[in-house]
Amino acid sequence: MEATDAVLLARAQFGLNIGFHILFPSITIALGWILVYFRARYARSGDPHWLATYQLWTKVFALSFAMGVVSGITMSFQFGTNWPGFMNTVGNVAGPLLAFEVLTAFFLEATFLGVMLYGMNRVPGWMHMGATILVAAGTTLSAFWILALNSWMQTPAGHVTLNGALIAGSWWQVIFNPSFSYRFTHVLLASGLTAAFVMAGLSAWRLLRVQGDAAARRTLRTGIVVAAVLAPIQIAVGDFHGLNTLEHQPAKIAAIEAIWHTGRGVPLVLFALPNEATRNNDFEIAVPKGASLILKHDAEAELRGIDAFAPDAPPVAPVFWAFRIMVGAGVLMLALAWLGAWATRGVRAAPGWMLWTFAGFTFSGWVATLAGWIVTEMGRQPWLVTGVLRTADAAGRVPEAMLGASLTGYAVTYSAMLLAYIVVLTHLAGYGSDGAAASAPATAGAQA
Amino acid sequence: MSTALPVIFATLMGAAILAYVVLDGYDLGVGMLMPAADAREQDVMVASIGPFWDANQTWLVLGIGILLVAFPAAHGVILGALYLPLAGMLIGLMIRGVAFEFRVKAQGWQRELWNWLFWLGSFVASFAQGIMLGRYVTGFEAGFGYLLFSLLVGAALCGGYVLLGATWLILRTEHQLQKKAFAWARWGLAWVALGVALVSLVTPAISPTVQVKWFDFPRTLALMLLPAASIACGFWVWVSTGQLARGVSAREWAPLAGSVAIFALAFAGLAYSLFPYLVIDRITIWEAAAHPASLEVVLWGALLVLPFIIGYTVFAYRVFRGKVRAGPYE
Repeated sequence: MEATDAVLLARAQFGLNIGFHILFPSITIALGWILVYFRARYARSGDPHWLATYQLWTKVFALSFAMGVVSGITMSFQFGTNWPGFMNTVGNVAGPLLAFEVLTAFFLEATFLGVMLYGMNRVPGWMHMGATILVAAGTTLSAFWILALNSWMQTPAGHVTLNGALIAGSWWQVIFNPSFSYRFTHVLLASGLTAAFVMAGLSAWRLLRVQGDAAARRTLRTGIVVAAVLAPIQIAVGDFHGLNTLEHQPAKIAAIEAIWHTGRGVPLVLFALPNEATRNNDFEIAVPKGASLILKHDAEAELRGIDAFAPDAPPVAPVFWAFRIMVGAGVLMLALAWLGAWATRGVRAAPGWMLWTFAGFTFSGWVATLAGWIVTEMGRQPWLVTGVLRTADAAGRVPEAMLGASLTGYAVTYSAMLLAYIVVLTHLAGYGSDGAAASAPATAGAQA
Repeated sequence: MSTALPVIFATLMGAAILAYVVLDGYDLGVGMLMPAADAREQDVMVASIGPFWDANQTWLVLGIGILLVAFPAAHGVILGALYLPLAGMLIGLMIRGVAFEFRVKAQGWQRELWNWLFWLGSFVASFAQGIMLGRYVTGFEAGFGYLLFSLLVGAALCGGYVLLGATWLILRTEHQLQKKAFAWARWGLAWVALGVALVSLVTPAISPTVQVKWFDFPRTLALMLLPAASIACGFWVWVSTGQLARGVSAREWAPLAGSVAIFALAFAGLAYSLFPYLVIDRITIWEAAAHPASLEVVLWGALLVLPFIIGYTVFAYRVFRGKVRAGPYE
């Protein structure tokens, strides 16, 4: 239970890495399918403008994918270097899930990405279309396996202990554990929203530079429509996910809602400064009986507070705040998407202030995704695998100086990479492919 | 079954790591050769590895994944002991990976910067891998001599990757760039000879286990086929490169095939030295193995999926066969 400096450093390093990594799959998972859509539109119409759109967003995809791959490789090593106790204790369950991700997803997406990026003039149109679909399928399959593992860590099921070793009794129950379907849907939708806002934001940026650019108007509309459709679904799915968490990880809900004390008719905290020292909320503004009502649909229902779980309870303040940032970002994204959908209905052009707003919201999906990630991961503490393995027991014995040095190295590298990524993306959107399809291969249209 | 499973997984892991070393080796080598080429040649070099480098790196994830999944007890020991060079390798791989994508989209001094970072990342990653190899075969012993040895292996592996990269370019390019690659290949070959000789002499010298395995007559006579074959392959690479340069041969695949064979032979020698240890003289594959139930699941999955992976990898190499001319992807 003691949180030594080495454990904190190991967590900081892994948290930094995984937080950096998740930014890019959250774009590519959905962008892969949007590319399938662009590719199909081009195949049907033979219109070179669809090809230009496809090629521009393929570049964004390739860039994001490369960022995800290189930070993902780092993660595959840090599982072992930072958390040797994880594999020693639950490796028999976690290992095969990771192995299946590599075998079924990584090779698929990486190999066909090569065909997709460089092969348009070398393979028939249908095969290129197939490569585009396989890349998208690979990213989704990758999400499937890693979220199966993450959900199992949140709500473990299907495992048995045999001669002191924890092994899988039923792989079906391990994979489709109680929180998996909710989390998988929630993450896929989050990716859809993140990619949609990146698309809308970069297109808006383009329109601010080149007024009336036809391709950018089309992708702005695509991004807005996708976001407008997915945002309300995401909010509903998030609500179901929350109720599922209440059932299986009530301590996380207690932290999210800043409920310190078990009781009946628990108020819904709107604003507060959770205080770990006094185990109470300072400056609390709350709706009486609100939490009992929305979580149990009964104003007098009993809810367990942090006191029911201590000392195995997560830190309240970061979970409480991250949840509010996630929900706040989600609501803003919903409002903006609907406003945008209304403003661009038919063939109407979005007004300048709206373009600026969308440009400003380009990476809003990242804010919501990271906040949601903090809620779910911090909310699971002090467990690494709920009820099975504590985070502190899984940490390795890497000397603090080494951890500190490599942490600095990673932090510097990631900051530079992120900066370069954003600069190149805005540059691509602002100046790249002037709406022209000059690079369209002469034969591809006929083949497609 | 339970005694065979760790052997099967050790073989699979070895195959994945060898595949990684050969495949990512050539694209790391191409990266390290960037400063030796002019701007137009650099574009061709990068284009020659463009469709493949992502998938090439995946073999590293598979190799390390098998170590993690099949031998969890050794995974922590090995990666923990290699912590710093590992971090260096990862940062190197990251820098080169993104530099690869960014350089296509940049112009002027920014392109030069990304070219330089692509070289730097390739070099750091290769050198770190060599250091890891040097540390690994000496059982992570500390001391100045071991450090020096690791640094030399690091330099030799860089040379080895340059050999793979140069012979890859011989196969995939033409004209002036191909001519340059002939010289690069021979230069790399010299480093490989040094590295292989160094590892072959030092490992038996410091580990009695390895010594007994190699110097046990009459088995030694049969085992000497391995170094003999390596020398023959080296000779073949040297001669075939010379013939191509003089235009008396058209077998442009020969230098690459010879180089790959050298790597495979060196790898086989190492595997023979170490087996059945995962950490030399300390942890065997049976001691480190995961529970048979979980190994079986992964094995069935691997047997089912690996043929597809190999199939579409071959497909991708067929799609992009022939000489490279184009610049960045459209």
